[in-house]
Amino acid sequence: MSKEPVAIVGIGQTKHVAARHDVSLAGLVREAGARALADAELTWADIDAVVIGKAPDFFEGVMMPELYLADALGAVGKPMLRVHTAGSVGGSTALVAANLVAARVHRTVLTLAFEKQSESNAMWGLSLPVPFQQPLLAGAGGFFAPHVRAYMRRTGAPDTIGSLVAYKDRRNALKNPYAHLHEHDLTLEKVQASPMLWDPIRYSETCPSSDGACAMVLTDRAGADRAPRPAAWVHGGAMRSEPTLFAGKDFVSPRAGSDCAADVYRQAGITDPRRQIDAVEMYVPFSWYEPMWLENLGFAAEGEGWKLTEAGVTELDGDLPVNPSGGVLSTNPIGASGMIRFAEAALQVRGEAGEHQVDGARRALGHAYGGGAQFFSMWLVGAEPPAG
Amino acid sequence: MSAPGRDVAIVAFAQSDHRRRTDDVSEVEMVMPVLHEVLRQTGLRTSDIGFTCSGSSDYLAGRAFSFTMALDGVGAWPPISESHVEMDGAWALYEAWVKLLTGEADTALVYSYGKSSPGSVRDVLTRQLDPYYVAPLWPDSVALAALQAQALVDAGHTDEAALAALAARRRTDAAANPHAQVTGARPQGDYVVAPLRTGDCPPIGDGAAAVILAAGDRARELCARPAWIRGMDHRVEAHSLGVRDLTDSPSTRLAAERAGVFERPVDTAELHAPFTSQEVVLAKALGLGDDVRINPSGGALAANPVMAAGLLRLGEAAAAVHRGDSDRALAHATSGPCLQQNLVAVLEGDPR
Repeated sequence: MSKEPVAIVGIGQTKHVAARHDVSLAGLVREAGARALADAELTWADIDAVVIGKAPDFFEGVMMPELYLADALGAVGKPMLRVHTAGSVGGSTALVAANLVAARVHRTVLTLAFEKQSESNAMWGLSLPVPFQQPLLAGAGGFFAPHVRAYMRRTGAPDTIGSLVAYKDRRNALKNPYAHLHEHDLTLEKVQASPMLWDPIRYSETCPSSDGACAMVLTDRAGADRAPRPAAWVHGGAMRSEPTLFAGKDFVSPRAGSDCAADVYRQAGITDPRRQIDAVEMYVPFSWYEPMWLENLGFAAEGEGWKLTEAGVTELDGDLPVNPSGGVLSTNPIGASGMIRFAEAALQVRGEAGEHQVDGARRALGHAYGGGAQFFSMWLVGAEPPAG
Repeated sequence: MSAPGRDVAIVAFAQSDHRRRTDDVSEVEMVMPVLHEVLRQTGLRTSDIGFTCSGSSDYLAGRAFSFTMALDGVGAWPPISESHVEMDGAWALYEAWVKLLTGEADTALVYSYGKSSPGSVRDVLTRQLDPYYVAPLWPDSVALAALQAQALVDAGHTDEAALAALAARRRTDAAANPHAQVTGARPQGDYVVAPLRTGDCPPIGDGAAAVILAAGDRARELCARPAWIRGMDHRVEAHSLGVRDLTDSPSTRLAAERAGVFERPVDTAELHAPFTSQEVVLAKALGLGDDVRINPSGGALAANPVMAAGLLRLGEAAAAVHRGDSDRALAHATSGPCLQQNLVAVLEGDPR
């Protein structure tokens, strides 16, 4: 029996900011959920099940917070799942929700991811010392900087590439009303002169710490027929994982990432991603990850990713726009960041991305990663229902 | 929800010996033998598995991303299709079941683990409560269960003597379970929080569980008598205890209805009831009669590794089908204070 096609008919985000002091955790998720329902012109009663995701519970200091959030999510009396796959979780959560529809277990599912990082210190949350275990010192930046350095050494990329990515993404964010950082007076020179945090990653090449939530309403063919606005359709989705540390691990281009992309492309019938995909929302928490993922995801040959960035191909008006929303570099409620990528990809193919709309986007990739560059989740969405 | 479209079965189950402390092993060292055991039962290797899903909690482990270490026990190389829920492993099994229903995979490895010994699990579980109005008061898991038990006693559904008899039955049955932490009837002891005595409460301990799922003919190849998942559903209730009737479990009943429990009688039920009083609530909500064998494994009163205890119920029910001790078994898992969230599955063996 073939799978039920899955449509995205509602998308809602909060305005991402450093600290939402005005709402509780429940208030934050409720805001995103209500906006997704409004977009789909549905009510809480139309939802069959809720799938929620977030990154470590230590970020808010609430163990398994979905139990407390059941009421705010309209989940009482319904099935509720809570996914946690590190930084890729927002994407994984959407895929788990999509499978509920694809398997015809449920018809209409609300999926939501959030993080309220102002409740704690994310760097501390990521750096808890545990005896006899590998420490993730100095948060994520300290972990990833050496891998960026390895990429630069391996490819000979000029050391200005990272600043080009950061400057592009922060300017794209100015066109996205939900983005956290709106740095109107930012210049490339300012990016390049910003303090060095974890060599070679500068302050302006680093993601912010945000409070925010993102929600989507996923439904079946019949649900899409009733939807008031254009649907985005899931053409492929996959997750891949590999161990954190092992001899032979390639941190620059992890095989789990390229395997995951290959699986998604196979499902979606993509043979030439560079030509067939119109927009990419990839998980770039540190600027240099754009060229690194361009190679890992098959948009550029090995060692060539930085050349696309340098040539402006990934600009909003380039021929492969990357992170038109401003990306993780402009907005990072960690647990939600993956879902924001997936949702922004869907907004592009629905033609609902507003000022940061890529003209004529028909197929878009949403990408997320997490842990020690070891957990990957991706989906490819299209403006048309999948064939067959 | 009844299984749409595709038959999926539990074809293998393994568990650790559940112990009060496991200072001598890390989480991954606790999980690994269990994973090896389910793989051995089926003759599968990690690379043969279509999907892997686990359940665990960072709050028990005391560190962020704790599940990433446990993944080392799987041997995720070459990379695997894998996911994780911050829930009891029963819900990891649910996610894997759905994955198999889509047809994207034919086999799945599901595991979960929890070490309660490094901290005070009663205190840790208070962090699960409403962070603004309830958690600051630190009401612990036994205190909340005692509220529920008192409500049951007040409603005339049970009394302390009946709870004591139930505790004795479960632990007597557990003597036949080589993995149980607490076996054999024992004195009920003093009140921990009235009306619950030591004997009404689960042991605190560490443990792990794993199962393998397979679809259709693959299941028949891997297992002489697969435990077919005829239906599985889960439901959550409101979080606030003040808006719930603690003497009932409507979410369990609804999940059971959706899973098809009431279509035909079950002969066996594995109920995830950490407290004697909660078994009373569940048995009543499910309408289980005296003809149903409840918790022949001893249940959570014999071993309660938090985050794995629900998956253990599914595994024990499946094992009963594998052995031919059951033809139609109910398995139940719970999460949250006072049975807030409940999962129910129906497992069946082929007719003999």
